[in-house]
Amino acid sequence: MTATAGTTTAADAGSKSNAKKALSARAKAERKLGWMLCAPAVFVMLLVTAYPIIYAFWLSLQRYDLRFPDDQEFVGFKNYGAVLGNSLWWQDLTNTLVITGASVVVELILGFALAFVMHRVIFGRSVVRSSILVPYGIITVVAAFGWRFAFDPTTGFVNKLTGLDQSWFTEQWSSYVVIISTEVWKTTPFMSLLLLAGFTLVPQDVVDAARVDGATATQRLRKIIIPLMKPAILVAVLFRTLDAFRIFDTIYVQTRGAQNTESVSIIGYQTLISRLNLGLGSAVSVLIFLCVLIIAFLFVKGFGTSLAQQRGEAP
Amino acid sequence: MNDTRSTRDRAFWTAGIVVVIVYALVPVAWIVSLSLKPAGEISQGGFLPKNPSFENYGNPFRGDTGVFQDGQFRAALVNSLSIAAIATLLAVALATFAAYAIVRLDFPGKVLIMSGALAIAMFPPVAIIGPLFNMWRSLGLFDTKLGLIIPYMTFTLPMAIWTLSAFFREIPWDLDKAARVDGATPFQAFRKVIAPLAAPGMFTSAILVFVFAWNDFLFATALTSTNKARTVPAAITFFTGSSQFDFPTGQIAAASVVVTIPIIVMILIFQRRIVAGLTSGAVKG
Repeated sequence: MTATAGTTTAADAGSKSNAKKALSARAKAERKLGWMLCAPAVFVMLLVTAYPIIYAFWLSLQRYDLRFPDDQEFVGFKNYGAVLGNSLWWQDLTNTLVITGASVVVELILGFALAFVMHRVIFGRSVVRSSILVPYGIITVVAAFGWRFAFDPTTGFVNKLTGLDQSWFTEQWSSYVVIISTEVWKTTPFMSLLLLAGFTLVPQDVVDAARVDGATATQRLRKIIIPLMKPAILVAVLFRTLDAFRIFDTIYVQTRGAQNTESVSIIGYQTLISRLNLGLGSAVSVLIFLCVLIIAFLFVKGFGTSLAQQRGEAP
Repeated sequence: MNDTRSTRDRAFWTAGIVVVIVYALVPVAWIVSLSLKPAGEISQGGFLPKNPSFENYGNPFRGDTGVFQDGQFRAALVNSLSIAAIATLLAVALATFAAYAIVRLDFPGKVLIMSGALAIAMFPPVAIIGPLFNMWRSLGLFDTKLGLIIPYMTFTLPMAIWTLSAFFREIPWDLDKAARVDGATPFQAFRKVIAPLAAPGMFTSAILVFVFAWNDFLFATALTSTNKARTVPAAITFFTGSSQFDFPTGQIAAASVVVTIPIIVMILIFQRRIVAGLTSGAVKG
C-alpha cells in the first residue's frame, strides 16, 4: 500500500504518461495479488480433480489389474467395450436412474410442502428449522443403518406398526422402497431450504392481490408462486439430481447391491477397490463422469434460459 | 367470522409444525431408543426399550463391552475429529483468500474460477477414487490422515468459495478506509472492523465443510485400511460385535448416537447460520 501511494505522488508531480504507467502498474499489481490469492485453492482443486480424471482416462485404456501388476498393457477402448457390453452395467445404470428419479420427484413435492410450512409459520420458526436440519446433518451411513434396522423384520418396528409381514430386503421393489425412503428423509431438508430461499422471491402482496381478485389457492400456486419460483426450483432439482446419481452410502449399508439394487457408484467401487482392477474400474469411473456431464448438459440446455434470467436479476 | 378463520389457520399451521418435527425426529428417536435396548431386547422389535440400559455404550462400572470399550471405535472417533477439523481449517483458509480476491480485486479469470468451482461441486467423487487410490499408494499417503484431508478439502472448497463470496459481497468494505481516516492503523482497522464483519461468513462455511468431512464414507472406506486413519462412518460398517455370530445392532446404534450428538449440538447453536449458508449460494447464484 505504501509503495503504491509513493508512485502516485511521483506521478502527480510528473508528466501524464507517467501517471498512466503508474495506474497500469497498480492494475498489474492488483491482478498479480488476485492470482496469488486464488492460486492455492485453484492448485488444490486441479490437483485432486482434474489430474485424477485425466489419469483415470489413461488407466481406462490399459489392462491393469493390481493383482497382476506385471501384466499391464495398452488395450485402447477394450475396457469400455467390456463394460458397455456387460448387462450388469446397464442394469446398474437403470437402478441408479430409477432411484434418482423417484427420490428427486418425491423430494421436490415434500420439500415444497416443508418449505411452505417454514415460510408461513410465525411461531415456532426456529424449532422447525432446527429439526429440519437434523436429517441434513446426520451421517448418511447412520441414517442408512437406522432405516435398515427400522424395516428389519426382527429388530424393526415398521412391520409391527403397519401390521405387514414383509421381509423388506429380500425383494427388489421393497429394497427400493427402503433405499428411496432413506434418501428422501435425509436430503429433503436441503431441497426445502433451497426452495425456501425461492419463496422469498415471491412478493407476498402479489399473492394477496390475487386472493382479493378471487383466485383460489390452487390457482395462486400454479399461476403465481410456481412460475416466480421456477429458477430456485431448477437449481434445487439440478443439484439434487446430480447428488442422487452418485448414491453409494445408503445402498452399501442396506443391501450392498443385493436383490439387484446396485448403483453405478457401487459397481465402480467394487471393481476398483474390492477387485483391484484399475483398468476396468477406471472405465466405469469415466463413464460415470460422462453420465454426470450429460445430465448437467441436459439441464443447462433445457432450462438454461431461466437460469440465465435469474443470474441477470440477482445482482 | 374473522376469528374462526384465524383459529382454523392457527390449528392448521400448528399441525404443520408437528408433522415436520415428527418427520425429522422420529428416525433419530428410533436410533436412540435402539441404542438403549439391552442385548436380549433388540430382537423383540417394538419402538421403545422396556428396560433401558447403557450397556451398548459401555458402562465403565460394570465391565460391559460397549462402543467406548472398543479400541477401533475410539481410534475412529479421534481420527474423525482431527481429520474434519484440519480439513475445515485448511479449506476455509484457502477459500477465504480466493473469495476475498474474487470480491475485492479486479483480475481476469474470476469467472473461470467460479464456474470451475461449480463444476467441481457437481463432480462425482467415485470417478477419482481409483486414481487417488493408486496415487496415494505410490506417494505413501494411503491409509494416512493427510490422505483423507486432501480430498475433503478439495471437495468442500467450491462450496466454501461460493458461500464466502456471497457473504463478502455484503460487507461494507469502505468502513476499513473510514477507520483509517479516524486514525486506526491498518492492522487495527482489519482486526476491529473487517474481521468481525467477515467472521460470520467464515464460520458458516466452516460448519458446512465440517459436516461434509464428518459425513463422508466413500473416501474413508476406499483410502484407508486400518485404524490409523479410518473415520467413524467407515469404522461403523466394519463393526463385528462381541461375538461373531450375532450382528452388533446395539453397538452400531450406540456408535451412531455418539457421532450424531456433535452435529445436533452444532445445529441447535448455529441453526440460523447454517440455513443462511446453505441458501446463500442458491439465491445469489
